[in-house]
Amino acid sequence: MLSQESLARIDVEVAKYPPEQKQSAVMGALRIAQEEKGWLANETIDFVARYLDMAPIAAFEVASFYNMYDIEPVGKHKITVCTNLPCALSGGVHAAEYIKQKLGIDFNETTADGKFTLKEGECMGACGDAPVLLVNNHRMCSWMTPEKIDQMLADLDK
Amino acid sequence: MLEIEIDGKVIQVNDGSTVMDAATQAGSYVPHFCYHKKLSIAANCRMCLVQVEKAPKPLPACATPVTNGMKVWTHSEAAVKAQKGVMEFLLINHPLDCPICDQGGECQLQDLAVGYGDSSSRYQEEKRVVLNKNLGSLVATDMTRCINCTRCVRFTQEIAGEMELGQAFRGEHAEIMPFVEKTVDSELSGNIIDLCPVGALTSKPFRFSARTWEMSRRKSVSPHDSLGSNLIVQVKHDTVKRVLPLENEAINECWLSDKDRFAYEALGSDERLTKPMIRQGGEWQEVDWQTALEFVANGLKSTVREQGAQSVGALLSPHATLEELHLAQKLMRGLGSENIDSRLRQADFSGDASRSGAPWLGMPIAEVASLNRLLVVGSFLRKDHPLLAQRVRQAAKRGLRVSYVGPNAEDWLLPVRNRALVAPGKMLAELAGVVKALSLAVSKPVSGAIADYVAAVAISPAAQAIADDLAAGSSAAVWLGNLAAQHPQAASLQQLAQEIARLVDGRVGIIGEAANSVGAHVVGAVPGAGGRNVADMLDKPLAAYLVLGAEAEFDFADAVKTRTAFEQAGLVVSLGAFRSVAALDYADAMLPIAPFTETAGTFVNCEGRVQSFYGVVKPLGETRPGWKVLRVLGNLLGLDGFDFAKADEVCVEALGGSPEFVSERLGGLVDVPLSSQPAAEGKGFERVADIPLYFADPLVRRAPSLQKTKDAAAPLARMNAATAAASGVADGQLVRLRSAAGVVSLTARVDEAVADGCVRVAGAHQSTAGLGPLSGVISVEGL
Repeated sequence: MLSQESLARIDVEVAKYPPEQKQSAVMGALRIAQEEKGWLANETIDFVARYLDMAPIAAFEVASFYNMYDIEPVGKHKITVCTNLPCALSGGVHAAEYIKQKLGIDFNETTADGKFTLKEGECMGACGDAPVLLVNNHRMCSWMTPEKIDQMLADLDK
Repeated sequence: MLEIEIDGKVIQVNDGSTVMDAATQAGSYVPHFCYHKKLSIAANCRMCLVQVEKAPKPLPACATPVTNGMKVWTHSEAAVKAQKGVMEFLLINHPLDCPICDQGGECQLQDLAVGYGDSSSRYQEEKRVVLNKNLGSLVATDMTRCINCTRCVRFTQEIAGEMELGQAFRGEHAEIMPFVEKTVDSELSGNIIDLCPVGALTSKPFRFSARTWEMSRRKSVSPHDSLGSNLIVQVKHDTVKRVLPLENEAINECWLSDKDRFAYEALGSDERLTKPMIRQGGEWQEVDWQTALEFVANGLKSTVREQGAQSVGALLSPHATLEELHLAQKLMRGLGSENIDSRLRQADFSGDASRSGAPWLGMPIAEVASLNRLLVVGSFLRKDHPLLAQRVRQAAKRGLRVSYVGPNAEDWLLPVRNRALVAPGKMLAELAGVVKALSLAVSKPVSGAIADYVAAVAISPAAQAIADDLAAGSSAAVWLGNLAAQHPQAASLQQLAQEIARLVDGRVGIIGEAANSVGAHVVGAVPGAGGRNVADMLDKPLAAYLVLGAEAEFDFADAVKTRTAFEQAGLVVSLGAFRSVAALDYADAMLPIAPFTETAGTFVNCEGRVQSFYGVVKPLGETRPGWKVLRVLGNLLGLDGFDFAKADEVCVEALGGSPEFVSERLGGLVDVPLSSQPAAEGKGFERVADIPLYFADPLVRRAPSLQKTKDAAAPLARMNAATAAASGVADGQLVRLRSAAGVVSLTARVDEAVADGCVRVAGAHQSTAGLGPLSGVISVEGL
C-alpha cells in the first residue's frame, strides 16, 4: 500500500509514543500517507489505521476533521485561501474570488486539466500578512494581490 | 469524603465524584443527553449545565469534579437559563417530525424540550440534513435527528470493544457514521438503540409497529445463553412487539445481547406449531389435545408394556423451563426409566459417576470484576456469551489478565495475554502442561490421581507463560467454555481445570451452554443410576423418545446419529414451539408447547440464581404451556404426583421451596482418571465446531432479522494457511469435507485463528449436519 520510505517515516512517528499507544501517531502517519498518495482514499486511511492498531473509523474521524487532509482527490496544486475574518477584512475573499474567476472553478473543485484545486481554509495564524494562502499545505504565500496571484499561478503552471 | 451542597441540601460524596453523581445521590435531576453512567464522560451536549458558587460560568455537572464545600444549584434561574439556551441550540437542527418518529413518547429530547424548550423557534435559516447510514438489519437510522451526543460511539468503543461508529467531519458537518459502507456487526449492537436519546437510532425490526404508550411492559428472563438476562417484554394486542433490558446490575447490567433482544421475532414465525399433530398410518393429521395426548400416552404405555421401561427415553433441551424439565424427568422416572438427558450437545459423560451437584460458573457473575487472573478453556466466549465477555472486557481494563487454551483464536475484543492455540486432541496435554508448570511455580505437588499423567507431559512455552501468569495472580478463576463442555474429553479437561484452580486457590466453573443448563442438573434432567445418557440413547436406539424443545438436526452432538435413531424408533414424541421439517419425517406426534413468552417458568442461570417469570401473552393457537401438557400426560399415564394447579407449585416441588439461589445443589466437580483415549482418531484434520450464536436454539434460528446479520452467515470451512496448504485448497475454494458419518461441501476460508491441523466447521446448521459429530477427524479435498 505505502512505500518502504513512507513506512519508515511513519515508524519514526510511532517511536515517539509508548508502544501500546501507537495510535497517537495517527496525524503524522496520515500526513505521510497523503504526501505519498496525493490524497487519502478510504483504503489508505484503512491501511494507516491497521498499521497503527486502531479502528479505521477513528482514523477517518481525524482525516475528516482537519482540512489539510484531503479525503477526496485533489489537483496537482492545492491552493487553500484563508477566508476567516481578519483575512476577509483585508481582501481574503476577493483573493479567493479572483482565483475562482481566473481558474474557472469554485471552492472544492479541480480544474479540468487536473492542475489546480481550490479550498477554503481556516486561519493560518498570519493575519498581519492577509490575504494569505497555502500551496500544497506547505508553502505559505502572503499579501496575495491579484498581481501576485497571477505570478504564483504562472509559476505553478510551468 | 467531600461535602457538597446541592440545591440547599448538604451531602457527603466519595472522593472523585462528579457533580452529576452528587446530584443523583441528592435526588436532584439534572437534564442530560450525552452523560450515561456506564460510559466515559464526553460533556459534549452541554445540557447538564448547573450553577456553581464562585464559578463565573455555568459548568457541566457530568464533567465537573466535586470539591469540598462546593455549592451547586441545578434549578436556579442561572442554571435553567443556561439549560434553556443549550436546548435552543439542540433544537436548531432537529427536525420537527415527532409524529412520525419511532422514538416519540420515549424520547429524552422530546421530554426535556417540554421542560426547557421554547414553543417557537427563532431560527430562520436552513436546517441541516444528514444522510442515513445502513448499519445492518437491526438498527435503523434517521441521522438528521442526531444531536451528536456520541453515546453510540462510546458504546461500541468501550462496551462492545470495537469502535464501529465514529463522529466524522467537523462543526456543523459533524456526523455519526460507521467507516465507509460498513455495518455495525457487534453482537451487542442493539444497545445503541436504547442509548440513543433521540430517534436517530431505532430498532429496525420494531420500526413503526407500535407506540411506547400503547404497549404493556412485562418482566421476563432470556431463554438463550446461560447468563439469564432480565427482560422487559413489550406487548400490544397479545403480541410481543419488542424486548428491552430490565436493569439488573448483578446479571446483565443495563445491556442485552442482540440475541436476547431480537429473538422475539421468531415468536410470530410461520413455522410455529399451533395445533397438536399425530401421524397415523404414515399421514400427519391435526387433532385436538385430548386425542393427541391419549395417542402419546397409549404409545408410551404400550412401549413400556411390550419392551420394558428401559426402552423409553427423554431428551430435553437445556433451554426448557425448570418446570418442564422437572415434570419430564418425573414422568420418565414414573414410567420406570432413568433414560433422561439434557446435555444434548455433549459427548463425554465419564464424569457422571463422580459428579455431585450441578456444574456451574463457580462464582457469582458480578465477581468477575474482582478477578485478576482468568484462564478460559475451550470457548468462543465473545459469541457464546456476549454479556459475560463484556464483563470480562471491563475487568480486563482494570487489570484482569486473561489466558486461553483451545483450538480457536478469533478476536474477543479484549486482551488475551497468553494463548495456547492447540488442536482439540492436544488440549488435554496442553492443560496438563499448565498444571505441571504451575505446580513448580507455586511449589505445590500435583494431586495423586493425575500426577502420573502430568509428569509425563512436556511443558510448552505457551503453557509455561499461562502458568507463570496465573501463579502471579491473587484472585483467579478457570472457566470451561462450551467447546470444552462438548469436547470428547470434557471430564478430563475439567479434572485438570479443577487442579489448576486448586493450585492457585482459585475458582473453577463451567460457563454453561444454555439458559437452564444448571436448572436441568438441579431437577435431575440427567440419567440416574442405571440410566442411559444422550450418547448412549442415540448409539443404541430406543423404542420411544420424548423430545422436548430440541431438533434432531441442530441441537444434538451428532445430527446424523440422532436422525437415524429417531427414524428407527417406534415412537418419537416431539414437544416444541415450532414445526420442524425434519420432525415431519421422524416424529409420530408433535405437541405445540409454549415458548418463554407464553408460559410461566423458571431458569437457573450459570451462577445458580433462580429466576421465575410469568407468561406475557396468551399461547398462540392451541399451544399450551409445556408444564401443563406434561402434567396432563402424567395423569393420563396414571402416575402419581402430577396434580399441580400452578407453575409455581411445580417449581416449589422441584427446588423444595422458592430459593433465590440453589447454592446447596451446585457443585459439579468431577473425579475421573484422565482420558487415555485419543480425542480424535484417523487420518485427516480435527474438527473444531462452534455453535454460531444465531443457530444455537430453535427460537433464534427463526428470527429473521438476526438471520440477516453477519454472524448468521453460512458456515465456512476455516483452516490456517498451513492446513490449507497441506490439504491443497485455496481461500474461497469449494471443498468437500468427509467424516466417518458423511460428506458435506463448504467454501474454504483461510483463517489464522484456527489451530494447526484443525478445520473449524460450525455445528447447528443445515449445511454441516451431514458431518455428524461435532468433534473428530474430517478430511478435506478441493473440488
